[in-house]
Amino acid sequence: MATLMGEPVRRKEDRRLITGSGTYVDDVQLPGTVYAAFVRSPHAHARVKSIDTSAARRAPGVLAVVTGAEWKGGALPCGWQVTPDLKIAEHKALAAGEVHHVGDAVAVVVAGERAQARDAADLVVVEYEPLPAVIDLEEALQPGAPLVHSEMGTNVAYVWKAAGGDVEGAFAGAERIVKLRIVNQRIAGTPIEPRACLASYEPAGGNITLWTTTQMPYVTRTLLALTMGISEAKLRVVAPEVGGGFGVKLNLYAEEQVIPALAMQLKRPVKWVEERREHMAASIHGRDQIDYVEAACKADGTVLAMKWRVLGNMGGYLQVFTPGIPLFTAFVCNGAYRVPAISFEAVGIYTTTTPTDATRGAGRPEATHAVERLMDAIADDLGLDPADVRRRNFIRPEQFPFTTPLGIVYDSGQYEAALNKALQAVDYAGLKAEQARRRAAGDRVQLGIGLSSYVEICGLGPSQAVRGTGLGAPGWESATLRVSPTGKVTVVTGSCPTGQGHETAWSQLVASRLGCSFDDVEVLHGDTGLGGQGMGTYGSRSVPVGGGAIFVAAQKLIDKGRRIAAHQLECSVDDLVFEGGRYTVKGSPDRGMGFGDVALQAWLADKLPPGEEPGLEQTVFFDPPNFTFPFGTHICVAEVDTELGTTRIRRYLCIDDCGNVINPMIVDGQVHGGVVMGLAQAFYEQVVYDKATGQLLTPTFVEYGIPSAMEMPRMETDRTVTPTPSNPLGAKGIGEAGTIAASPAAVNAVVDALSPLGIRDLDMPMTPDRVWQAIQQAKGGR
Amino acid sequence: MFPAEFDYVRPASLDEALALLGSDDVKVIAGGHSLLPAMRLRLSQPQKLVDIGRLGELRYLKDVNMVLCIGALTSHYEIETSDLVRSRAPALQEAAAVIGDVQVRNKGTIGGSLAHADPAADYPAALIALNAAIRVRSRSGRREIAAREFFAGTYTTVLQPGELVTEICIPDAGHGSGQAYAKLRRRAADFATVGVCACLQVMDGRVQRAGIGVTGVGPQPYAAEAAVAALLHGPALPERIAAAAALVCQGVDVSDDLMAPAPYRAHAAAVYAREALTTALTRARG
Repeated sequence: MATLMGEPVRRKEDRRLITGSGTYVDDVQLPGTVYAAFVRSPHAHARVKSIDTSAARRAPGVLAVVTGAEWKGGALPCGWQVTPDLKIAEHKALAAGEVHHVGDAVAVVVAGERAQARDAADLVVVEYEPLPAVIDLEEALQPGAPLVHSEMGTNVAYVWKAAGGDVEGAFAGAERIVKLRIVNQRIAGTPIEPRACLASYEPAGGNITLWTTTQMPYVTRTLLALTMGISEAKLRVVAPEVGGGFGVKLNLYAEEQVIPALAMQLKRPVKWVEERREHMAASIHGRDQIDYVEAACKADGTVLAMKWRVLGNMGGYLQVFTPGIPLFTAFVCNGAYRVPAISFEAVGIYTTTTPTDATRGAGRPEATHAVERLMDAIADDLGLDPADVRRRNFIRPEQFPFTTPLGIVYDSGQYEAALNKALQAVDYAGLKAEQARRRAAGDRVQLGIGLSSYVEICGLGPSQAVRGTGLGAPGWESATLRVSPTGKVTVVTGSCPTGQGHETAWSQLVASRLGCSFDDVEVLHGDTGLGGQGMGTYGSRSVPVGGGAIFVAAQKLIDKGRRIAAHQLECSVDDLVFEGGRYTVKGSPDRGMGFGDVALQAWLADKLPPGEEPGLEQTVFFDPPNFTFPFGTHICVAEVDTELGTTRIRRYLCIDDCGNVINPMIVDGQVHGGVVMGLAQAFYEQVVYDKATGQLLTPTFVEYGIPSAMEMPRMETDRTVTPTPSNPLGAKGIGEAGTIAASPAAVNAVVDALSPLGIRDLDMPMTPDRVWQAIQQAKGGR
Repeated sequence: MFPAEFDYVRPASLDEALALLGSDDVKVIAGGHSLLPAMRLRLSQPQKLVDIGRLGELRYLKDVNMVLCIGALTSHYEIETSDLVRSRAPALQEAAAVIGDVQVRNKGTIGGSLAHADPAADYPAALIALNAAIRVRSRSGRREIAAREFFAGTYTTVLQPGELVTEICIPDAGHGSGQAYAKLRRRAADFATVGVCACLQVMDGRVQRAGIGVTGVGPQPYAAEAAVAALLHGPALPERIAAAAALVCQGVDVSDDLMAPAPYRAHAAAVYAREALTTALTRARG
């Protein structure tokens, strides 16, 4: 049974998920349910002059219409006070005075049928006085730029600074200074299942249940209670199956306030399911960050210091985690490299756009993109091999734990080993030779090799550390393990899966620890009614933090079982060995007791050691001593058609190190999905607004170009294993690493392919027209 | 994404269907792969849908005196896999094979695609290059429209109210001919950023007949007349093909959108015209 750890066990949730028998929010059917539809702003910025709801109220089936002026709910919360003077714009679920992005809700209509609600919403007449839009980060900082929230007198929400080491001295003494301006375009998380809410109110007891698409049901309950004046004791939040999260469902959204309020008002269940066009405008976006980075170098490529200035687009409002995202760029802004001195400034900027927030990687893709582009730019500038520049600067294995100039403590790593393994697997020398041949021949299709030796920070996280950044929540995770009289184990986890396979991973973990069968473990999640607690699933924290809680809880059960077994076997606890689900007396393997028998004795409770409580159950809150820092090297081998600007990825190779692995198949799946999101940003996806009007130009999947399996390369995955001391599993998170690694690997590859033409940088997405344009400019410039 | 309310009728015969058409608020639906998304976005709000999808009399592929006749309800998949199409109009088959994905190709129909007149649809380029005719019927009669004259603008055709596309007829390309469709697309299932179909008939080393149809480039699919003129009756040589390909956008208001800015689209059209013509020439020499 112990072999379950590290085995590619088939996922126990897949039978129901792939046969369509999973229950998502929209599948929950309550008798008497009525439906809500929202009226949303078509303007990026406008004053609501009047709303005429009379026609909508008269429409067939309409039960209620609520406008911003009538809405009584508390403001939607921003949970991250990144600086004491952070400017937080008032954010109401239904806007009353001004709207601040396309898709900002101004009213809601409830009707007996879905289509009736949609039809009636179209009958609400809103008179707007358009105000100037501002979309672009750099423009929003210009003097005289339109103000998103005029009462603030500025578009700057905050300026956050950190520094360590002698930056100015290093720059003064540098032999070379390399600078880049890196743009991480705005993207959307686009889970397959859009957001949805169903609320039901039971007037007799005053109880409210909210089914919602969330990655954090417990936190949602707390935030909802605080902002709506509802007792947490009366509120149950359920996240049933959730069809993808990617950070999009890590928030408290307007609809999560409005739908329960409507259910209370109407005393009927109210359901709302987001339309995709709504999703693209009203669910948070990600990235939209500009990084100005400078490196002071020696001629051999050694980086002596870095300067960072980061502009982060907040959007029209601050959602729960919005202002904190650029801080995660700071936390790994030295990448996998020693860099003795760093100064970092982040500026959070309001614009008349959909709010941004955590999106797979959240701040670390931005950091990694800039650092890994910088490594290539340094190599290019100094005429060095990009692999050698990385080797020269890597934090070496013996330097861990490594404290960065900004005070982050990296846990463990063997960065050069991962790079070397990747270079060998891809046949770096052979590719370089082919590249040289193609360059010499002036081939139409040129070859590029892109390295990305990433490191990221995840496993959020130590409560003291995250609270120290101004976050309004801790970083622990909890788990309850409960053993039945027949030895079956129920796990109540605070983690909240959105498709990752927690039920399988937790079953493997518990079965391997307690020696029971994989099928005898039942994993419950996503429902505050289960009586657990937790922070939820984000920041690749489930295994390192949620898994840590399960590991410790299992250990405590084993310890209690040992006391019971010792009492029954009439020996000392120290004489017992626990292995393979069985306690045996050292030296007499015949004298022993199975864990199931111990569970039965704990239930029967008549032969327990004096003072021992009946039952075999344990709740643990695990607060890790540190974050975890997964790392690795990805290599993208790209063929770029210099006549058309099109790119074909010939090979994509991933060497990842997430420490000890519970299920390698799930890890590979996370890497695959993560890389796809990174390559999607590199080549395809971009949320586009019209700069003058602030109109959203990518409101559907026709305009917002998500790649399919057809566009994606086969990925070659392999690993190195460097356990972390941050949790007893020795495991680091792997949910975001692929996304974090992929975009710089891709851009480095395409830039490398085109470098003979004089191309030094490319912005994402690297669409054929953009690459072709760069080629034309480079040719014109020569 | 809920459509506005509408009525739905499913006639049992072509004549019954024609009797239901004629007013602007009636829309014909076959595979539904173009109309339904537009309705769900409420860009299209017809009062009534006439579903002709099950009219078997409009679903066929046949040879009539060396003319390939395709019923309007023939699916993309049927065209993609037909031996008859492969032998008689291989470029049409190449175009069918790169429409959407397999599910789309199983549901979508050639007549529906033509009547919808997406400016970046694949079929029009092939039908224009192959000199096809589109047959239409109404309560009051029938007529035949040359493919090159069928498209009147973006999502607009010369069809009159009450007219229904019933058949597509493709003449034999003749001995010594070769044809090819070349498509640039962002993603596998996308409409064409640029699509060029070329059909060349070569006799004694000279271009006897030429057809070039272009899609995705302008407000509507078109025949690249200047490029054709540059090839006709001259020697079939690579440099002449390159020169002709460079004329493929002449006189066209090249589209500029998120998919591709106009300068890139014009450049790509020339490259794809060259590739389609080169392949067609190779095949003509077969």
